[in-house]
Amino acid sequence: MMRMTGARALLTCLEREGVEVIFGYPGGVLLPIYDVLYDSKKIRHVLTRHEQGAAHAADGYARATGKVGVCMATSGPGACNLVTGLATAGMDSQPVVAITGQVATHQIGTDAFQEADTTGITMPIVKHSYLLKDPKEVPDAVRDSFLIASTGRRGVVLIDIPVDVSRSEFDYEPVERKASLQGYKPTTRGHARQIREASRHILSSSRPVIYAGGGVIASDASQELRKLAKMLDIPVTTTLMAKGVFPETHRLSLGMLGMHGTSYANYAMMESDLVVAIGARFDDRITGHLDTFASKAKVIHIDIDPAEIGKNVKVDIPVVGDAKTVLRELIKELEKRAREAPPKDLKQWHRTINRWKKEYPLFIPDDGLCPQFVIDMVYRKTKGKAVIVTEVGQNQMWAAQFYKASIPRNFISSGGLGTMGFGLPAAIGAKIGRPHEVVIDIAGDGSIQMTSQELATAVIEKVPVKVFVLNNGYLGMVRQWQELFYGKRYSHTCLHCDVSPDFVKLAEAYGALGLRVTKPQEVDSVIDRALEYDGPVLVDFRVEPEENVFPMVAPGSSLDDMIGGKK
Amino acid sequence: MKHTLSILVENKPGVLARVAGLFARRGFNIESLAVGITDDPSISRITSVVDVEEHSLEQIYKQLNKLINVLKVVDLPEDTSVQRELVLAKVSADPKARAEIIEIVDIFRGKIVDVGKETITIEITGASSKLCAFENLLRSYGVVDLVRSGMIALSRG
Ligand SMILES: Cc1cc2nc3c(=O)[nH]c(=O)nc-3n(C[C@H](O)[C@H](O)[C@H](O)COP(=O)(O)OP(=O)(O)OC[C@H]3O[C@@H](n4cnc5c(N)ncnc54)[C@H](O)[C@@H]3O)c2cc1C
Ligand SMILES: Cc1ncc(C[n+]2csc(CCOP(=O)(O)OP(=O)(O)O)c2C)c(N)n1
Ligand SMILES: [Mg+2]
Repeated sequence: MMRMTGARALLTCLEREGVEVIFGYPGGVLLPIYDVLYDSKKIRHVLTRHEQGAAHAADGYARATGKVGVCMATSGPGACNLVTGLATAGMDSQPVVAITGQVATHQIGTDAFQEADTTGITMPIVKHSYLLKDPKEVPDAVRDSFLIASTGRRGVVLIDIPVDVSRSEFDYEPVERKASLQGYKPTTRGHARQIREASRHILSSSRPVIYAGGGVIASDASQELRKLAKMLDIPVTTTLMAKGVFPETHRLSLGMLGMHGTSYANYAMMESDLVVAIGARFDDRITGHLDTFASKAKVIHIDIDPAEIGKNVKVDIPVVGDAKTVLRELIKELEKRAREAPPKDLKQWHRTINRWKKEYPLFIPDDGLCPQFVIDMVYRKTKGKAVIVTEVGQNQMWAAQFYKASIPRNFISSGGLGTMGFGLPAAIGAKIGRPHEVVIDIAGDGSIQMTSQELATAVIEKVPVKVFVLNNGYLGMVRQWQELFYGKRYSHTCLHCDVSPDFVKLAEAYGALGLRVTKPQEVDSVIDRALEYDGPVLVDFRVEPEENVFPMVAPGSSLDDMIGGKK
Repeated sequence: MKHTLSILVENKPGVLARVAGLFARRGFNIESLAVGITDDPSISRITSVVDVEEHSLEQIYKQLNKLINVLKVVDLPEDTSVQRELVLAKVSADPKARAEIIEIVDIFRGKIVDVGKETITIEITGASSKLCAFENLLRSYGVVDLVRSGMIALSRG
């Protein structure tokens, strides 16, 4: 037992959870916590330049490492600034713990200075939250928050701490490691009968497809997934969130599916007789029109969240459980059965798929400095091994299409919320989590301007991230929709980035290296220069302004109804 | 279709807001909601009547179970549970009508809990259908004010 303040207890508990870094921004009600942090030997604090940056950085750290990311903000405006970042993490089921300061307990509800109802504002976007009333609650709340954030379907937990709770002393006693949360028992083991059913269907299918999602990354089940696919020669398509769980260079890979997925992945889904969904949530970006989606297929859905099963698409064989645990059982069952009766011959299916691959490949247009070419060059220069973080829009889709990923947690993107401004701070978080790897933010000229102040964080904290801006001078993704669906009426989507800002000078103003590419011939050497430079770099790629992302499934269309799928 | 959900929750601050917020956010319509503690003061029971299709009911059930403070959710079908609601109704009752109203109250096994110069206040409990019938009868006399407690229910046996 030790006498200490709530603030000290908080830090002690965070250290016990193994926290090595907090992304945060101080303020009045956080003073007691920042005062303790000043002496911490174990925890690094990274001062971002905006609380949104802190939340994205914690999220990027979590995505890159699999560990819980931690961010912190003061009451009122600070907490409000965190919200976008927390919603982004939550929509993509990322483990983040947010700590917010709050006005003193006796002031709550009085519209006190910088008071905001943080637990109320964030209630719909968090997995759980706490508003502490007494320093005694700190140890349990911290332990339970980390447990809730990092288990089951991962998510965001917020701890709101009034300043008097931080300030006052109590008798601290370390809590038991094991939490006793009565109402929280995620199912991890799949039901044996369902697994048998699943294996029976897999072995009797003649056109199976594995549709893998972010849950495979969350459960660290990439090895199991690869084993399953290779064992039975089943083609694999991944969502944006799952890029890297299966090597996109492998012959069984169909790449990404969905609105901007490959034609062959989408055709395969639509022609399949068995879709094996693993840790994927049938988002509208991948199903297209729901009534026609994979209508010839039976659906096996392996997911840790029972609420995802049957939410959008009718499921024939649901298996609730952790992907890794379930896949291991499933593989065992399949091995057993395959010994008794050989699996179906899939040659015909592969022939069909290979024909689609030949007929509808992703292709790089050969006019001018096109963004696809830039991404392809980045891919080749980094040998497919870099950690790629993206912003949102066309840049994100080109990165997804042309950077062939083969390592889990190496492709980091805001999928569910699609938050512009995510990329740079998330890249900083990722680089801090994995300092020995090359981390590149593929950015758009619009997105980068939402959080470009974090260049200061990268410079001051010595986090050598590389920002590659695909500068098309437009809110390109929106412009593309205007071009295709609104008669080319480019209402308020031109950013005039050839006029302002000057990205090279912007980089230099922050003390980063700024480079510019205007011709295809320069791409090669400038990427080299950027990768060699020992510090943060921003490269302004002046790409073709009106290039489009194809193929594209128009919203509400059937998944096999694609625009621009053919060269 | 109408369903009566019995939701056991930890008796902690903000729990009702979480449950109500979930209903609102997911677009589920609540017809009534009644909250109170159980025999165990650390646990409360929320009884809620919702009018939804089967698919939405399943979503409500699963989404509720994801809330950390929710311990258990059960759907109580009408035929295997006891369902009761309390109504307090203030009815205008001039001396002529009084006798008639008292007779109706008797038939419905209600109680008169307050008598004013021009009104009487009636208490009655029962299942929805009974209360609706009762309300309809009172309407012709003039209902000054009426409040329903929201359905509460327990499974039979
Ligand atoms: C401009 C734009 C365009 C987009 N276009 C596309 C596109 O063309 N194609 C595409 O794929 N996406 C696209 N997206 C992303 C899309 O919006 C969704 O974010 C994405 O498809 C969801 O991926 P997911 O199904 O893997 O789900 P995630 O959001 O990653 O969800 C994970 C699922 O796995 C489950 N799960 C979690 N943990 C486990 C575990 N341990 N075991 C088992 N299951 C678990 C969860 O319950 C959940 O159901 C686009 C986004 C933007 C912004
Ligand atoms: C915060 C936020 N605001 C608005 C949008 C809507 N939106 C989606 S893509 C996009 C354009 C992005 O422009 P840019 O970053 O230049 O990328 P590009 O599509 O040109 O590659 C917009 C405005 C969004 N996703 N996020
Ligand atoms: Mg742009």
